[in-house]
This record gives sequence, C-alpha cells and structure tokens, in this order.
Amino acid sequence: MVVRIGKRLVQLLITLLGVTFITFSLTYMAPGDPVAMLLETGDTIISQDVVEQTRHELGLDRPFLVQYGSWLGHALTGDLGMSYSAKKPVVDKMAEAFPGTLLLATTSIVLMLLIAIPAGVMAAVYCNRWLDYILRAVSFIGISMPTFWLGLVLLYVFGYKLGMAPIATATVSLANVMLPAITMAFTLASKYMRQVRLVVLEEMNKEYVIGARARGMTERAILWRHIFPNACLPLITILGLSFGWLLGGVAVVEMVFAWPGLGKMAVQAITMRDYPLLQGFVLWAALAYMSINMLIDVSYSLLDPRLRKGGHS
Amino acid sequence: MKIMNEKKRYFITYSVLLGVMILIALIGPLCMSTDIYTSDLGRALQAPSADHWFGTDKLGRDVFARIIHGMQLSLGMSFSIVSLMAMTGTLVGVVAGFYGGKVEMVLMRLCDIMISFPGIILAIAIAGVMGGSIGNAILALTLVGWAKYARIVRSLVLKVRGEDYVTAARLSGASPFVIMRRHILPNTLPLVFVTAGMDLGTMILEVAGLSFLGFGAQPPTPEWGRMLNEGRQYLQMAPWLMVFPGVAILLVVTVFNLWSDSLRDILDPKQT
Repeated sequence: MVVRIGKRLVQLLITLLGVTFITFSLTYMAPGDPVAMLLETGDTIISQDVVEQTRHELGLDRPFLVQYGSWLGHALTGDLGMSYSAKKPVVDKMAEAFPGTLLLATTSIVLMLLIAIPAGVMAAVYCNRWLDYILRAVSFIGISMPTFWLGLVLLYVFGYKLGMAPIATATVSLANVMLPAITMAFTLASKYMRQVRLVVLEEMNKEYVIGARARGMTERAILWRHIFPNACLPLITILGLSFGWLLGGVAVVEMVFAWPGLGKMAVQAITMRDYPLLQGFVLWAALAYMSINMLIDVSYSLLDPRLRKGGHS
Repeated sequence: MKIMNEKKRYFITYSVLLGVMILIALIGPLCMSTDIYTSDLGRALQAPSADHWFGTDKLGRDVFARIIHGMQLSLGMSFSIVSLMAMTGTLVGVVAGFYGGKVEMVLMRLCDIMISFPGIILAIAIAGVMGGSIGNAILALTLVGWAKYARIVRSLVLKVRGEDYVTAARLSGASPFVIMRRHILPNTLPLVFVTAGMDLGTMILEVAGLSFLGFGAQPPTPEWGRMLNEGRQYLQMAPWLMVFPGVAILLVVTVFNLWSDSLRDILDPKQT
C-alpha cells in the first residue's frame, strides 16, 4: 500500500515536471514580447533601454534552463512569480479566481449526479425498452454537442427570452452559478449515465441478485440495497476524474457566461501574454487532476477489501 | 450470423450517411456562387429568409454558405488531427513494443506523462501561446492526443511479438523493419481504426472549442467554433448566428459517433 502511494507520488512529480517544462519552453519560444506588454500604459513610447532593464530585472535575459530552474525553485516554496498583467503575485491572482471555479465544479458535480444516477439506473432497469431508448438517445445527443453551444442556447433562452438568469455574471453566487452548472452537468451526465447503466446492468446479472430474489426480497430493495452500492465503486473513479478536470476550470463554459473562474483567467493570461500566470494555471490544473485521481485510487483500496492486498497495479 | 448481418447493416447505413456528409463538404462549396468573404454592410444581421436561409452575419455574409464552406474545414481538420495522432502513436507503440528495454521505458514514460492529466488544458496553452491559427490548433491537439494510440498499439505488439510467425520471420532473416511492417503492424490496425473513428467526432468538438476561445481559426475563416464566438456577441440581436453553426456541429458529430460505434461493433475483437 505504502509502496503504491510512493510510486504514484513519483509519477505525479515526473508528470508535473514534464508539463511545466513543456509550458515553459512554449512561452520561451513564443512570438510577442511580454516585457512590452508589461510596460505598455496608454500611448507612452518606451525606450529600448527601459525594456532591456526591465527584462534584466525580471531575469528574462538569462539562459532558458536557468530561468526554468529558478522558476522551479521558487515554485517549490509556493512562489509562482508575479503576474505581468495584474502586477501582483500569481498565487494571489489564482486565489481570486479559485472560488468561482470551485463553486462551479461542485455544483456541476452535484447536478450531474442528480441527473445521471436516476437516469442510468432507470435505463438499466428498463433495458431495451422505450424508456431506455429515450434516455440513451438524449445522452447520445448530449455527448455529440459542444458544451459551449449548449451554454449559449441556455443563455439565450433563460437569460434573454425568459429573464430568469443573469446574462453576465460578475459575482460568484449560488444563483449565478446555476446556468453554467446546468450546462456542464448535462454534458457530464450524458457520459456518466452510460457508465451507470453499464455497471448496473453488469451487477444485475450476478448471482447474489438471484439469491436475494430467491429469499423473497422486493425488486426495489435488491436494486438499491444490493446492486447500487456494488455498482458505486467503479463509478467513483470516473466521478473523481470529472471533478479533478472541473477544478482546472472549463475555459469554454466560463467564457460563455463570463464566469470569473480559473478557465477565463487562463484565456486572458494567454491573450495578454501573461506567461507566469499561465504557467501557474497549468501547474495547478495538472496538480489538481492528478492528486484527486491519486486520492481516489487510494480510497478505492480502502473501500474494497479485495484490492487491499494489492497484487496487481 | 443474423446478429453479424444486423451490425453490418448499421455500419453500411451510417457509412452512406458519412459519405453523403463528406460529399457535401467536398462539392458543396463548388456549387455555390455566394461569396463568403466580401462584406456588404447593407445586408448585415438579416434574419433567416428565402434569400438567406440561415440569415446573414454582422458583415452581411450569408451564414448558410459559410456553414457549408466551414464543413470542409471542420472535417478536414478533424481527419488531419486524427491521422497524425494515429500515425505518431502507432509508430511509437510499434517501436516501443518491438524493441523493448530502454527504448520502451523512455517512450512509455513519455506516454504516461501525456495521459495522466487533462490534455485540453495543455492544448489550449500550446495553441494560445503559439498564436491562434488552424495549423497551431492541429499541432496542439495532435501533441496531446497521440499517447493513447501508442499505449494501445504497444500492448497489442507485446501480445504478438512472441508468436511463432514472428519468430519464423526473424529466423528466415527478415529485417526488423519488414517484421514490424508486414507481421506486427497489421495486427494492430483494427483497434487503431476503432479508436481513430471514435476520435473523429471528439476532435471536431475540440477544434470548435479552441476556435471559440480564439485559439484556432481566425476571421474571416468560416470555422464553426469561430462563427459561434461571433454569434455570442450578437446573441440578443441575431440568435441565428448562434443556432445554425451549433446545429451543424451537433449533426456532424452525431453522424461520426453513430458511424464509429457501428465500426467498433464490427471490428472490435473483444465483442466477437
């Protein structure tokens, strides 16, 4: 068990190194000068001397590997540098955008479960009957549709036509998060429902179900007391992956609703050539996704005694 | 036998649908005389009518014509990305699986890195930092997507590497290249095709997403994601700018997904 966690930790560190290295080389080779972007204030023309001096102060005239090494060293102490555009530490800028993304992620996951679990279980119970066909058709459309387009349609209908939701959400609140969260939840639920249906169908064919039926249990009790808890286990992994992914901020959806989260922040960081901010964002997104994945993996073996001895990996 | 026929029938039906779609993408733009680039502000933001089936955009360009032109672009980009990913991944997978040892270890660690975190984040960073363009979007999505193919192919190669016919080929003096190409590669292709088929629809969605964010096709290119971005700005005044490109994406991706599901049903060895 300890060995397994250790292995996962090493894997996590290697991946983070790789990912930040890729992003760092990208921003190093990228066209456009962040220093010019940083100094730009209105129409004032900046002399070449000032540009050179700022570049020196920021350490941007050093060799590539030295720059990466220094960034890495600081990152280990929790210092991700200064954001060029906001002129404050990257960590502070990300902390401002985080509540938005966290609220959106949590609400989306809760709504997704509220849709996907009943739908998936129903589809399995009514397998190959009309209810199953309808649910599967809806989920098929859900996965074939761009999430941001669904967002635009919902924004048009509920924002403009019915006036039930705000059109541009500047503040993070439970009322404002509903529309973007429903958008995310529908797309996620379309994928998740298929999994729920499959796992429940698989469990329904196991022998303990016949046993329970023979003992005279009601179908309802068999479904919710026996089949469902067993089906939950494999579903937790996918749930964790979705949540980890959402914590990186879903840029397209945040852009549609002007939702102040990490995804929107990242898009702005790119357009403003604010590379330290982008760098911090990529590090966070990879770290969040992988740590949650790892946590799930560990809790998995705690929840399921069969996996505790851990023969396979 | 009867089940097999039914599967084949689905596959043929969806292949025909897919063929029709590709035909429209290839021939459609040629059949239209409408100019999709010249602006005519006198006709800007007109609602759908007999003259302009899907209305006109902010520069007075016909949305229907732009969507038909955009289809070629979306399908073309998706096919390019998927073939690039599949080719790179297959090459890496075959080499890693065949040679084993250090080569395999290095290549597979690289795959682990690429697979273990959400690729779209890196794709946004790559395409965005390099500057929004069609080429950069293709490159970005290929870079984050090839590893999946490498893993699948490697595991298949490991299975066939020890087969008698590979040993026989080796003993009869076949070069490693010939063994890989003639004896190993063909075994991996069915699953590569199934995976690639499933990715076609996904890539259309991701390309549209990148362009929607401004990190893909640039104006005046009639790319669907880009058109949705413009539609978003006129959501209240001209909702048709948002409706039709989205429906186009939905229809094309649905056909791709139906087709790839039916392809998987007839090709996937696990099912039979």
